[in-house]
Amino acid sequence: MSLILTEEQTMLKEAADGFLAENAPIAHLRKLRDSKDADGVSRELWKAFGEMGFAGVVIPEEHGGSGLGAVEAGVVAEALGRTLTPSPFMGSGVLSATVLKGGSAEQQAAWLPRIAAGEAIVSLAVDEGAKHAPERIATVAERSGNGFKLNGAKGFVLDGHVADALIVAALTENGLTLFLVDPKAAGVEIERTVMVDAHNAARVTLTDVMVDADAVIGAVDGGEGLLEGALNLGRACAAASLTGAGDQAFQITLEYLRTRKQFGKLIGEFQALQHRAAHLFSEIEIARAATMGALNAIDAGREDAGLAVSVAKAKAGRVAELAVQEAVQMHGGVGMTDEFDVGLFMKRVRVLNELLGDAGFHQERMARSQGF
Amino acid sequence: MTDLETFRAETRAWLEANCPAECRGPGGSEEDAIWGGRNAVFRTPGHKLWMERMGAKGWTAPEWPVEYGGGGLTREEAKVLASELRRIKAQPALNSFGIWMLGPALLQFGSEEQKKRFLPEIVRGEIRWCQGYSEPGAGSDLAGLQTRAEDKGDHWIVNGQKVWTSYADKADWIFCLVRTDAEAPKHLGISFVLFDMATRGVSTKPITLISGKSPFCETFFDDVRVEKENLVGTLNRGWDVAKYLLAHERTMIGAMGEVRSARPLGQVATDSIGADEEGRLDDAMLRARIAELEVDGAAFRLALERVGDQVKAGQAHPAIASMLKYYGSELNKRRHELLMAAGGADALEWESERSNHGGAARDWLRTKANSIEGGTSEIQLNIIAKHLLQLPGA
Repeated sequence: MSLILTEEQTMLKEAADGFLAENAPIAHLRKLRDSKDADGVSRELWKAFGEMGFAGVVIPEEHGGSGLGAVEAGVVAEALGRTLTPSPFMGSGVLSATVLKGGSAEQQAAWLPRIAAGEAIVSLAVDEGAKHAPERIATVAERSGNGFKLNGAKGFVLDGHVADALIVAALTENGLTLFLVDPKAAGVEIERTVMVDAHNAARVTLTDVMVDADAVIGAVDGGEGLLEGALNLGRACAAASLTGAGDQAFQITLEYLRTRKQFGKLIGEFQALQHRAAHLFSEIEIARAATMGALNAIDAGREDAGLAVSVAKAKAGRVAELAVQEAVQMHGGVGMTDEFDVGLFMKRVRVLNELLGDAGFHQERMARSQGF
Repeated sequence: MTDLETFRAETRAWLEANCPAECRGPGGSEEDAIWGGRNAVFRTPGHKLWMERMGAKGWTAPEWPVEYGGGGLTREEAKVLASELRRIKAQPALNSFGIWMLGPALLQFGSEEQKKRFLPEIVRGEIRWCQGYSEPGAGSDLAGLQTRAEDKGDHWIVNGQKVWTSYADKADWIFCLVRTDAEAPKHLGISFVLFDMATRGVSTKPITLISGKSPFCETFFDDVRVEKENLVGTLNRGWDVAKYLLAHERTMIGAMGEVRSARPLGQVATDSIGADEEGRLDDAMLRARIAELEVDGAAFRLALERVGDQVKAGQAHPAIASMLKYYGSELNKRRHELLMAAGGADALEWESERSNHGGAARDWLRTKANSIEGGTSEIQLNIIAKHLLQLPGA
């Protein structure tokens, strides 16, 4: 498998970049933010994402999706990283869609076509504490009557405030189980959390929430594998978004270096800045390769795909962090203003870094996999 | 089975049958590797056999054309071969500046006679090359080189001095940059020539480095006769050949950052320092630094592979080699700093048998040259700024 895009994948990339540049450039994010939009995300745009075939990129054709793979999902995620667009793509199109692919025929038929069409938003509720730690989930689902009773608190639930359905990861007797939960069910409390980057998540509190047995996705106590598969695709796509955001911040900065004058010179003529830009370029190339490697590993069903994903998420995260720091610093004072876009990239990268495990989380996985 | 799967199965079977047991596992130091040449030295008879068998198949240069002795493999087949070699932890069958540096330049710029004459010998490991580039007054400013070649009709007479010539004292031939036009602008008066190191007037003197080893030499030319048929490419346009070759050299040095040693660094550290009941290294700070390096290393390995894919697809910018060289050499230096930290006081021993005569420390010191040789890190950053980023005035 090659680490560069095929012709078809390049066409998808051009389509996604083109669509977002026209319909959801950074101005779209600013508008949602400045108008204090009630949802913080555009349902209309999500619908258009469905029509373009982006929303259902990993959903099988029989359910109205494009039936493509991780690399294609990464292409869309990278494009979203470049324009900073708030979109249910990560939460619904990547994470929830992947979980639901392991669900019953009824569950698949109920939700996958609607996600693919950009009609439904389904949020995955995994995290509980300040940091991503799926191995420390404390939300409990006790058997009760014909079904289960859920108790616990979730956070960083992407689009949770506008979700048509929630997928909740909870402990059952002998393992982890994934449940489809109606956000309007009794005992579900949802608090929208506007984040630093003006994207949205929610805190979800579950108090004696009753669900039927058919709300279980996959097998009771068998949710871990299903969840891990979804998280890994999500992490690889987050790495792609980080690469996109980091690279876009870098491109904006390069343009500034080529046009801004001080001391009668273009500041890009100064070697102090040239070397930092060249270093950053190298890092971004490495991050891009790592991301492509992870997406490929998932598509190939490789045994070590989880490790490849950790390499990508850790590397792309650290590199994007460097890219946005350099972007603000090289822009100087104007980099600190709300009017210039580079600050928005810095905020978005902070969120993407925290999403689904930061560099430390993934480097820990690397250390364990190598036995030290 | 697909063709590629068939190829993998056949390759695996051939390697199982043909790679001697002593050529599997850790390969030892740079000097212990198989370098070939007229006066080749092999650690064991098995190592000689390994080079000869791989050379006969052309798999020491897997992607070179069969007509010049190469393996004629496609990019995908070459990846399969590399992964099968890794699977059995095979040591390289041949380390060769001929394969890494001169060969690609000859394939691009050489005459048909030169390709037919030199390439098959290179593939089989019968000829060992050294590189005559740097001079005492021409380091980072390589194009300022002064070694001159005086036109004598059918031949040149070469006078001057080279420095940092890797293994000049062990090489059979040299590929060398000489000034053939002293009046022209410095980049436009250089030619790329080949000659035998046994020619009268060539002498070498090893340079002792901080590692205590002498992989580099000073090389002196005193009225050395060089035949005109051994000019590669166009007269006075040797800089084009030199740059093309440098891109390959830089990729090679960068690839040193791609360590596939038998024992992961984290395990070397736990052997040395100890681990807790969960197997975690008993030095949390070092453990974090190693994990970070391993992530960078794995990512860099993919970057090397990706650039290879870009080259095959005709999408690679020639200057991308500078990125690989810069990143890989800095990565390799970091790895050896951590190896020293992992070894602690034990890694400081310089003479004991126990320490393999300071093996770790000498390797650590050797890596400091990685970001100098083949163009310093700063030169690579200049090239990236100019050619890949088009920054003004770069």
